[in-house]
Amino acid sequence: MAFEGLAERLQHTIDKMKSRGKVTEKDVKEMMREVRLALLEADVNFKVVKKFVNDVKERAVGQEVMKSLTPGQQVIKVVNDELTKLMGGEQSKIAHAQKPPTVVMMVGLQGAGKTTTTAKLANHLRKHHNRQPMMVACDIYRPAAIDQLETLGKELNMPVFSMGDKEKAVNIATKAIEQAKEDHRDYVLIDTAGRLHVDEALMNELVEIKEAVNPDEILLVVDAMTGQDAVNVAESFHESLGITGVVLTKLDGDTRGGAALSVKAVTGTPIKFAGMGEKIDQLEPFHPDRMASRILGMGDVLSLIEKAQTSVDETRARELEEKMRTADITFDDFLEQLAQVRNMGPLDELLAMIPGANKKLLKNVQVDESHIGRIEAIVRSMTSEEKQNPSILNASRKRRIAKGSGTSIQDVNRLLKQFEEMKKMMKQMTSMQKGKKKRKGGFQLPFM
Amino acid sequence: MSFFKRLKEKFTEQTDAVTEKFKEGLTKTRDSFVGRMNELFAKYRTVDEDFFEELEEVLISADVGVTTVLELIEELKDEVRLKNVKETKDIGPIISEKLAEKLDKTGEDAHLNMQEDALTIILFVGVNGVGKTTTIGKLAHRFKEEGKHVVLAAGDTFRAGAIEQLEVWGERVGVDVVKQTSGSDPAAVMYDAIHSARAKRADVLLCDTAGRLQNKVNLMKELEKVKRVIAREVPNAPHEVLLVLDATTGQNALSQAKTFREATDVSGIVLTKLDGTAKGGIVLAIRNELDIPVKFVGLGEGVEDLKPFDANQFVYGLFQELIEEETANE
Repeated sequence: MAFEGLAERLQHTIDKMKSRGKVTEKDVKEMMREVRLALLEADVNFKVVKKFVNDVKERAVGQEVMKSLTPGQQVIKVVNDELTKLMGGEQSKIAHAQKPPTVVMMVGLQGAGKTTTTAKLANHLRKHHNRQPMMVACDIYRPAAIDQLETLGKELNMPVFSMGDKEKAVNIATKAIEQAKEDHRDYVLIDTAGRLHVDEALMNELVEIKEAVNPDEILLVVDAMTGQDAVNVAESFHESLGITGVVLTKLDGDTRGGAALSVKAVTGTPIKFAGMGEKIDQLEPFHPDRMASRILGMGDVLSLIEKAQTSVDETRARELEEKMRTADITFDDFLEQLAQVRNMGPLDELLAMIPGANKKLLKNVQVDESHIGRIEAIVRSMTSEEKQNPSILNASRKRRIAKGSGTSIQDVNRLLKQFEEMKKMMKQMTSMQKGKKKRKGGFQLPFM
Repeated sequence: MSFFKRLKEKFTEQTDAVTEKFKEGLTKTRDSFVGRMNELFAKYRTVDEDFFEELEEVLISADVGVTTVLELIEELKDEVRLKNVKETKDIGPIISEKLAEKLDKTGEDAHLNMQEDALTIILFVGVNGVGKTTTIGKLAHRFKEEGKHVVLAAGDTFRAGAIEQLEVWGERVGVDVVKQTSGSDPAAVMYDAIHSARAKRADVLLCDTAGRLQNKVNLMKELEKVKRVIAREVPNAPHEVLLVLDATTGQNALSQAKTFREATDVSGIVLTKLDGTAKGGIVLAIRNELDIPVKFVGLGEGVEDLKPFDANQFVYGLFQELIEEETANE
């Protein structure tokens, strides 16, 4: 499938242009067509795309593109800027009521991930904002939806208010607020049943709940994989309820997530959170600027940088860098590096964030985490003397290490060889760098 | 005889409830799609580049998928040249004919590969929240109505409440559910379920699995294992692997179909939530690019609302207004 990013798409157009040596009005038009297709392929709604492309064209046609030496990059920049602007630049926070409890209502289509998101949000509020949330099970229709929320509540050790599936949803919600006040809970998260935006009866139920509990925040939960229809869904929910924010789920998939743009464009409300995995702590604040480059297929450089920053201990990194420069690295340092990389999260996630790492290539590179586990086991089976000075490793020591780590002598040998080569490479790199400008912020990971 | 007329004739005698349901479910699709088409024809009198560009947009807005649309537009351009079509109103029938052709390409029907006098095993796969468990519940009901003995396997051992959800469906429909505790190995559940289904002399075993995004390599491996275990216990099984797709999904549905097919050799698609969304276009893209037939469509929340997919009915529903207009003119 042609799921290449805008960068590659534009490259094709630009390659054709190069032979002509001059950028014409027609070229710009052609580039804008590529932009349009890239956005449509990313599931951005066609109306949104149309308006967007026109806006960009106005900015791009004429000087800005024409003068530039690399028109392709220029176009990408303009597109990215405009897209970021459209996504709403700043990150936005969840509402907080003056007088507790703050009431948050979760709404959306079936299967968008409301229940999971409710639990994730409760966890997020407790963990990062030190709040005491209560969850309310108002999905009385889907079989076992209440069980699902209760199970999640147990997992989190968080109270779940439910009255079974016989009571009306609006009554459950009202009673829940009373209960929350009694228990001094400062956030009430109401999980509602999934419904179609064209289902009037069920939409009315939501309006009733809204009127009864007067929520401070109504979050529309949207599946990131939603296609063109995202606009209709968002419009109807917004019209009936006046949503105050959006949660984008399943963003850990390989979808471009153009729905984010559509939803933002039609509701004007910010996307507040993104669901990044099935685990309960995988809910992240949404970064609109990064979403722009994801939609364009340009990788998520910023996220990668930030992940590295939060996971790597700065001073240790500097020490390590120093050691690498002198090629004085030991297996102890190696272990530490491994641990730090692992702290950043699953390796395939990291790889996916590197720009230029396109999906086609990544498919073949399956990061085998267990392989790293084996390496770790081998190193951990060494004595501290061996770790400091691997040259003392003889056949008998290697045999012991292999046995201790549950690997073979061949594995141990391979690792030792790789380690030596790595050291050699570092020596070369540092001597190469001496002449050149000093590189910025550059500790490097031997296997990346 | 025109294409529309032929289609209409096919359905005039056959005013069954299914067609009605289909039309009803597709009202939204048709309204917006045909509405846009008519708008387009009114706007452009002559067939030119601008017209095609907008047509492209109309098709894309139905989630047809960019590659399929571009292909279709190219074919249309050729056709227009060949037949020397100048006015946009004449292009309508050509468009719908092409769409039907694409949907009907394989010519095969949507029947399931059922085993005579032996256990038929159907495995359900898909990403999170597409409606796998609900589809299983509806299909179990369907089989039960046909007088078949059905057993369900609760293979979603991951998501909270998933086993309970299937159990509720089991009770509702009146069929047995084989389960283990939450968190257990889904392959082991399948093993149990197969033996249990055999002991009960069941006709059909419907296997639920946990939803998973297709880019999670480990989870896809787990699915491969589930399939392997089934195949080891019953040669040639699973007899059907149905990928459940949410009709609201955009371009990613293609990636889903592709990756799940690689892992589990998907034999058919169940397109759910077609009653709510305005678009059914993804069906075209999937048939066109991957050649996986759609076997069922979910057209509502009721237990009866799972219908076998029929390409002709689908096109009929899509173009109903155009059809009636044309036949009225003749």
